[in-house]
Amino acid sequence: RHSHLLELLKRTTVHGESNSALIIGPRGSGKTALLNHVLEDLREMNQVRENLLEVHLNGKNPFLSGLLQTNDKVALKEITRQLQLENVVGDKVFGSFAENLAFLLEALRRGNRTSSCPVLFVLDEFDLFVHHKNQSLLYNLFDISQSAQTPVTVIGLTCRQDILELLEKRVKSRFSHRQIYLMNSFDFKEYIKIFKKQLSLPAEFPDEAFAQKWNNNVQHLSEDKTVRDVLQKLFQHTKDLRSLHLLLMLAVSAVTTHHPLPTAADLQEASRQHSSDSRANIVHGLSVLEICLIIAMKHLNEVYDGEPFNFQMVYNGESNARASQTLHRSLPSNYPFSLPPTVTEFQKFIQRKAHSMYNFEKPVVMKAFEHLLQLELVKPLERPSARAQREYLLMKLLLDSSQIMEALQVYPNCPTDVKQWAASSLSWL
Amino acid sequence: MNTRQQTKLIYSWYGKPLSSDRKLRTSQYKGIFITSESTKTETCIQLGDFILVEGVNADQPYVAQLMDLYEDGAQHKRAVVQWFCRLEEIPQNKRKLLKREISAQEVFFDQILGYDTDIAAETIIKSIMVLPLHLGEELPVITLNKEQTFYVKQSWDGKCFKVLSPDTFSKLKEANKKRGVITNSSKAFVPSDILTPVKKETDSVLRSATKPKNVDMEIESKHSASKSSLAKERHSQRVAKNDIKTPTARKKLELSSPTRSKGRLLGSEVLGLLDDDCDAIAPLKTSATKRKVKFTSDTSGSPPKIPCSNDKAKSTSETAEHHQRFSDTIRLSPYTRVKDFSGKDKNLHEKDDVLSSVGYQKPSSQSPVLTPRSRRACAQKTSALIAEQISMLDQEDFLSGSDSSYSSSSEEEEDDDVPCTPEKKTKSSRVFSTPKSSRKSAVHTPVKTMKKTPSQGTPRTPRNATPEIPRRIQAAQEPTSVLEEARLRLHVSAIPESLPCREEEFQDIYNFVESKLIDGTGGCMYISGVPGTGKTATVHEVIRCLQRAAENDELPPFQFVEINGMKLTDPHQAYVQILEFLTGQKVTATHAAVLLAKLFSTPGPKRKTTVLIVDELDLLWTRKQNVMYNLFDWPTQKHSKLIILAIANTMDLPERIMMNRVASRLGLTRMSFQPYTYKQLQQIISSRLKGVKAFEEDAVQLVSRKVAALSGDARRCLDICRRATEICEFAGEKRTPEIVRMAHVIEAIDEMFSSPYANAIRNASLHEQIFLKAILAEFRRAGVEEATVQQIYHHHVALCRMEGLQSPTVSEIMAICSRLGACRLLLVEASNKYLHMRVRLNLGQDDVMYALREE
Repeated sequence: RHSHLLELLKRTTVHGESNSALIIGPRGSGKTALLNHVLEDLREMNQVRENLLEVHLNGKNPFLSGLLQTNDKVALKEITRQLQLENVVGDKVFGSFAENLAFLLEALRRGNRTSSCPVLFVLDEFDLFVHHKNQSLLYNLFDISQSAQTPVTVIGLTCRQDILELLEKRVKSRFSHRQIYLMNSFDFKEYIKIFKKQLSLPAEFPDEAFAQKWNNNVQHLSEDKTVRDVLQKLFQHTKDLRSLHLLLMLAVSAVTTHHPLPTAADLQEASRQHSSDSRANIVHGLSVLEICLIIAMKHLNEVYDGEPFNFQMVYNGESNARASQTLHRSLPSNYPFSLPPTVTEFQKFIQRKAHSMYNFEKPVVMKAFEHLLQLELVKPLERPSARAQREYLLMKLLLDSSQIMEALQVYPNCPTDVKQWAASSLSWL
Repeated sequence: MNTRQQTKLIYSWYGKPLSSDRKLRTSQYKGIFITSESTKTETCIQLGDFILVEGVNADQPYVAQLMDLYEDGAQHKRAVVQWFCRLEEIPQNKRKLLKREISAQEVFFDQILGYDTDIAAETIIKSIMVLPLHLGEELPVITLNKEQTFYVKQSWDGKCFKVLSPDTFSKLKEANKKRGVITNSSKAFVPSDILTPVKKETDSVLRSATKPKNVDMEIESKHSASKSSLAKERHSQRVAKNDIKTPTARKKLELSSPTRSKGRLLGSEVLGLLDDDCDAIAPLKTSATKRKVKFTSDTSGSPPKIPCSNDKAKSTSETAEHHQRFSDTIRLSPYTRVKDFSGKDKNLHEKDDVLSSVGYQKPSSQSPVLTPRSRRACAQKTSALIAEQISMLDQEDFLSGSDSSYSSSSEEEEDDDVPCTPEKKTKSSRVFSTPKSSRKSAVHTPVKTMKKTPSQGTPRTPRNATPEIPRRIQAAQEPTSVLEEARLRLHVSAIPESLPCREEEFQDIYNFVESKLIDGTGGCMYISGVPGTGKTATVHEVIRCLQRAAENDELPPFQFVEINGMKLTDPHQAYVQILEFLTGQKVTATHAAVLLAKLFSTPGPKRKTTVLIVDELDLLWTRKQNVMYNLFDWPTQKHSKLIILAIANTMDLPERIMMNRVASRLGLTRMSFQPYTYKQLQQIISSRLKGVKAFEEDAVQLVSRKVAALSGDARRCLDICRRATEICEFAGEKRTPEIVRMAHVIEAIDEMFSSPYANAIRNASLHEQIFLKAILAEFRRAGVEEATVQQIYHHHVALCRMEGLQSPTVSEIMAICSRLGACRLLLVEASNKYLHMRVRLNLGQDDVMYALREE
């Protein structure tokens, strides 16, 4: 692939041949790295160096930081700027969009194969350019690459496999259909090699003795059973090298002067951190009351098979909720508002366990409920409108029951009856 | 020229008919009067005069010489002209034949036969001056009335420029001379304020011979065309009697010269102000001196002038400006022509001295204080009178010359120049030439730098800039091997000598356009076909052939304009582009539409037929469809001479998206380009590869069959072949270079048409694959091709248990899901729904199963 791309660009610069190509691969598969590498190689060749003008759109460092050219107008300005044509434009730096387009097309039309400097257009996040109006930028770029004008090479980088289907038929016809697919096709052995290479210190590290020691340690680590397990697990989850970097970063950040070498335990800890469930972590920080609410919601979910909690459902009275209904009626008589169904569930629990310690007043329960809403553990189905009272909004729990159970296992000082209640799903019926 | 739009002109014959033809019922005249209704000016144009004729756009009238005037049977006033060609009328690509810089005022003796020389007399705007010059000569420096004098050096016959034949040269010259006599202009003006004495001495004989003529012509035209309005004359008479100026009079003065540019008005305003000041401070004295100056000028300065136009002299001498000119004349004339005027001139200078001494300040002391105009106007009035007048005159000329607002810096510069004038002048009149020269420079520099003609290359506006990609430093390499040669030829951009397999379509389009060209009528043609079937290429080929034919005089010449819907930012920009192609103007879309409508609906004597290609027509669709409507409406106009070739992809576009009235105007002349069959594709490739043995026959056939089965897109076909040569080259690096074989072509085809999904799934990580399996399981369970992450998660955990793997956390599942979503293996909702996010497969279940099973 590397040689293919290199050949392609070399021909553009040396022969003045126009081309277009797409580099397609999942995130973290090294598309930009490949292109950068090729460009570096290209710049080393003498005949090429002065002959290539590069235009990077939506590119990364050292070009531009991503997703900038949100429409053709901005993109055109950026092209003009990078081609250093704005001095020709004169004091009226950029005219209207139409003027700018005509201007740039004119500029590119004037050239011909043998005399003009080839231009390389790099379109990072190519799929975003597809959504521009009429795809006119792409049409024009590909059209230039297919006609005897200034030699241009258009390289698109994208992670979308279906990119060709997004192109308009005229644009598609003008694209040369040269696609370079990048896949993370390595197996676990290579993955270990990459791991070693990433973690090793380079030869030019100033402190040679330490580098030696460090690299030996890395070698040891790579053979360690637990480390291999950690890596295996990560490898099974994703082949994206960025997540490997992230894991190693977590591990290496544990290194201090007293603890100079990363150990297998460090890696294990990093892996634990890396793979931990963010929502479950939030649950750990909740109060007992909020935990109880979540458990009540979980029960509702089980009873109604994931349907959104609906106050009406409870209130209109299924037979099994009769008791709570009466209780519910008796309790909030002095409140101007009705309680959400979760609260009734909650009250069932309270009713069953006649402990006074869980006696909370309704506004307090409501407050806890809103806190859950803010944490996005609970999500309203529709936007809260002025008409519907907060208490009647349909809600959905954004936690899986397994997550809740897991979180309860590690929840510090969890009252046993709460645990029991959570485990006994339908026992109270 | 501006007045043309505001005032109504009445055309009437001058004199009796010279001769009349009974049979044709025509009668010839020797001149025509153009009377302007609002200003009551009468201009007489006679045979042999040079005239401006209304052109396509208002600010670029045609130049012509009046050859004949007659009234035809229908009482229409007709004129026969000899055209002159402006630089703008010559096609861009021919301009370089000239190999020299062309001034905006240079025209070419038109010898193109195609133009209609018989025009309606009403299109004549006014008379101008065209001076024949020899090729090597420089253009004489003219400061006044620049836009009314033209020069001719060469003739243009549509193909090349030739030096004027001595015959035409003398004829043109004669026409000028004759005109000089007839249009009783003041010969006395000859040496006036244009020429410096020094310069004149150094001038060549011929120069000086031509020069007086322009001068007198200019002044004459100035008088006739714009200056000597009746109102002003009356006013001048009154002033001559009273010798006192009133503000109302000044106002009138300003109003009476509407043709002058804003700058001019500004100048006269300032002059008026100045006069006012004069009045306020020393009314008697200034007026007295003025009158004296006037009288000296009248009596002694220019004897031939008085019999010619006495009232004109009065009118001119009235305003300060003219007063100044006269004093100039007087000052100049002693040294240039009449010796015995020197005494009077001295007189005048004495008067100047008196004036300046009376004027409260010494002229030498005033020079440093002279900078800002306002100060000038109010503070040191009378003392600086003459200096001011000179500077005003400078400014005024400068203003009228540049015709635009100008920076204050140039003004100041000018002021810096001026202060030296009064003291020097009072000391010795010989040095008087210095203010002249300074003035000349003041006039000159702006003309050179910011000339008013917009069509010339000024760096200020982007449209005139010549954008260009920098040249490459090293030359592009020529292909060395057979494969490289083949690749070069197979590139889509390579233009083949002929277009194989489109001969029929070519002939049809060619005949259509040719017949319309010969008839001089308009018409539309709609061309459709899927992408890559050679629509645009064929049309371009037709145009190329037609242009060649036109060059060989087999066809009338035509203009070729191309617009592409994809290259426009907005459908309405089409008007702008067409107008820019046709006339070089750059206006807004709505204005362009109006101009174009006018252009195509009015008969233009000199207009060529226009062939307009509208590529990607469907992009010009708007809700009201007015762009399409206009485009197809113009050819139906009688005088449009417009041929439209509209290109789009869909065959039924007129029926599908066009309103009935648009579709009806498009007409039924349609042509559809069928996708290429494999035989045709084969022929295309082999015609491109003629003489280069790079491909096996079978390989070419395979490619063409494959492409023909898929789309029939010739571009695709060529691209595959090109890729195959690359693969072949790459594979053949180790061994001797070979020709492209089947294997290479198959590899190229696979590369281009293979579905990327299967490969992507195969290379996904284990849990990603399990996730896909879980999706399939959930789909099977629910029977719906959509599931939430939560449901899939349960399946995923179950699958993990079966395989003995550690089940991932929800966060990890979410990460997997978003990764697959980014590759578009899955279609996912926005991720803020978390577990309730719905997921769909972007490919068939069978494909996923197939890809997963192979492991």
